[in-house]
Amino acid sequence: MIMPIAPTIKKNYLHKLAEQQKRADGRRFEEYRPVIIETGVINKAEGSARVKIGNTQVVAGIKMDIGEPYPDTPDSGVMTTAAELIPLASPDFEAGPPRGDAIELARVVDRGIRESNAIELEKLCLSPGEKIWIVFIDIHIIDYDGNLFDAASLAALAALYDSRIPINRLSEEDQQSVKNKLEEFGVKPIEETVYDKAGNEQKTLSYFLPMREPPISCTFAKFNNAVVVDPSLDEEEIAEARLTVATDSKGAIRAMQKGLNGSFTADEIKKIIKDSLVTGNALRTQLNESTSR
Amino acid sequence: MKSDIELVDENGKRLDGRTFDQLRDIKIEAGVLHRADGSCYLEWGGNKVVAAVYGPREAVPRHTQNPLRAIVNARYNMAAFSVDDRKRPGPDRRSREISKVISEALERVVLIDLFPRAAIDVNIEILDAEAGTRCAGLTAAGVALADAGIPMKDIPVSCAAGKIGAEVTDGMVNGGHVVLDLGKEEDNFGDADLPIAISPRTNEIILLQMDGHLTQDEFNKAMDLAIKGCHDVSKLQKDALINKYAADIEEVE
Amino acid sequence: MTKTSREIVIPSQYLGETSEFKAGRGTLIDHGKIYAKILGVLNKHPPYINVVPLKGRYDPVEGDVIIGFIEEAMSSSWLANVNAPYPALLHVSEVPWKVDFGETEKYLNTGDAIMAKILSVDMEKKLNITLKDRNLYKIQGGHIITVGPSKVPRIIGKKGSMINLLKKYTRCRIFVGKNGRIWIDGEDVQVSNAVQAIRLIERESISYGLTDKVEQLLKSLS
Repeated sequence: MIMPIAPTIKKNYLHKLAEQQKRADGRRFEEYRPVIIETGVINKAEGSARVKIGNTQVVAGIKMDIGEPYPDTPDSGVMTTAAELIPLASPDFEAGPPRGDAIELARVVDRGIRESNAIELEKLCLSPGEKIWIVFIDIHIIDYDGNLFDAASLAALAALYDSRIPINRLSEEDQQSVKNKLEEFGVKPIEETVYDKAGNEQKTLSYFLPMREPPISCTFAKFNNAVVVDPSLDEEEIAEARLTVATDSKGAIRAMQKGLNGSFTADEIKKIIKDSLVTGNALRTQLNESTSR
Repeated sequence: MKSDIELVDENGKRLDGRTFDQLRDIKIEAGVLHRADGSCYLEWGGNKVVAAVYGPREAVPRHTQNPLRAIVNARYNMAAFSVDDRKRPGPDRRSREISKVISEALERVVLIDLFPRAAIDVNIEILDAEAGTRCAGLTAAGVALADAGIPMKDIPVSCAAGKIGAEVTDGMVNGGHVVLDLGKEEDNFGDADLPIAISPRTNEIILLQMDGHLTQDEFNKAMDLAIKGCHDVSKLQKDALINKYAADIEEVE
Repeated sequence: MTKTSREIVIPSQYLGETSEFKAGRGTLIDHGKIYAKILGVLNKHPPYINVVPLKGRYDPVEGDVIIGFIEEAMSSSWLANVNAPYPALLHVSEVPWKVDFGETEKYLNTGDAIMAKILSVDMEKKLNITLKDRNLYKIQGGHIITVGPSKVPRIIGKKGSMINLLKKYTRCRIFVGKNGRIWIDGEDVQVSNAVQAIRLIERESISYGLTDKVEQLLKSLS
């Protein structure tokens, strides 16, 4: 993150506290801020979620469309991730095409989902070599108060879990063949109650986007030899190095990204991984609860 | 563009059950973001909008500074997931035009002479879109500006009226009903759209656009309807601001 | 004891006639009528009508003592961020040291904090600040937080009552800049307590009984 220069006094104060194992907002080094996950917040999106970590707020929306597969994976659906650091979220975000921060954020979130095959893309094939489903993940930062990596990642996952394949947007004949194809892959519909414009109840069959359990990411920042989880805005302003680790429920590490121009020792990294597993599990539980999957 | 959809039924009710002069449901909340100087979250029918204001702050780049007054930069943007067919991120020509007319409307009510060389940045994000996004956006921006403590002559408010159900034969348009606050299908298949914005204290019109077909008579009706709609929405804006801050006093009494 | 009710007013709200009242700060006049021009608290002390701002950025006034952060050291001046819409210029002739041309970085550098005074604000809102005064200096140590400038009067309190309360319980040195920046120095725990108390004042600035609430918080923390 391209941050404004922090006043020296602020940096010295945070460093001094760190020497006593303290953080400016009173948290312990391994303490996460309160996390809120809400799904189904955007009507137009196939799936959506709003995540708050402290005051940081992110909205993710999933859109799906039918398109052509990549030539080297003719039987597989396609996913693509974009992130916008819109000027709404911070006095330091500028309007314009995505800069390095937004691109890195999008790619890190993307890799966490893609490399773990969290979306069962192989079930999103309609006609091999010709027609597949494309899943667009769009992350919108609304309020920036530190730790965008985790907030964006959680929002993207919650939104994916919330996604229903938009069969109704297809023509009648296509709808049936698409349903058949999905059921061939074992994607079973679930009956849901929806309300139309006039408020009347309607029963509908929804096909949820087929997902596997994803890895959960956890971000740490280092300053003055202290390593803290879920950095606040102030801490990010003075951070020398940053490390995001994504772990799965079986205890394996699935993705990592180190950022900023400082460094970590090997021991620090090992401790970070241990902490990621614990925090990751807690976040995973919360994610599962909020998406009822 | 015509379709088989009947926008008005035999009882004079619109597709969503509203009467001709009825607004969709609107919900407004002020001061919802932590970093912004002022902010507003607004729902209008199926629209969901967030507006954030930063400023007054130094206008950058320097060559954009006006030595006599502040410039108001409104940026209207639609999220990729806010529409049926995903929109590619980034401003398109439509967004740039809307940003411009909204900036100009806001400059009329913000006391820009008080802040030479400064910029007041207004960010409008459409998270969920359903016809009338520019009206919802400007309305949210008005609340966000007041919430930021920016000195203003008035809190700007916006609303649209239009025409639906006309008969089009050989390029001739006949009949139709003038209605307030077009919904999605009415916007897509209707005959005219007239979004306006006003300074409610003086009734000055600070934004006006129109496309479609309206006779002079129909235009007058539409404008009157839209202005009345604006006043109804203005009350909601004011309630949102008072509720946000009066709550602090209530709690302790 | 009568409680004067605190009314929140919004821009364009009608407040009175110019024939009866004098329009004070936060108001504008149009055709003989007085309206609020900002979101704030109505202050009606006949014959004056004022609106006290609830929010808003710092608007520099000559004579204000503020806390600034140096952004850039140039050859014979520095540029400082004073939490206003404009950067402030500190010229070498306005500091208590003799600074040779090009030697500015020896005295003040990017990121340094200073207690300075607004020397002048011109028509284009160009700001000049000074460090030439006994109570102005480069700040060392302690912690600095930022609050909305509109909260400063409340944090100081009537005749300093609130800030004295904070100082008494936390035994910290506290200085509140007019621009909303506050410097606190003392024991770590006490600095943290002071910050908590100040954030409480910021959140509930217009509530009644705030002084008691703050005292209770400070008592519970010590």
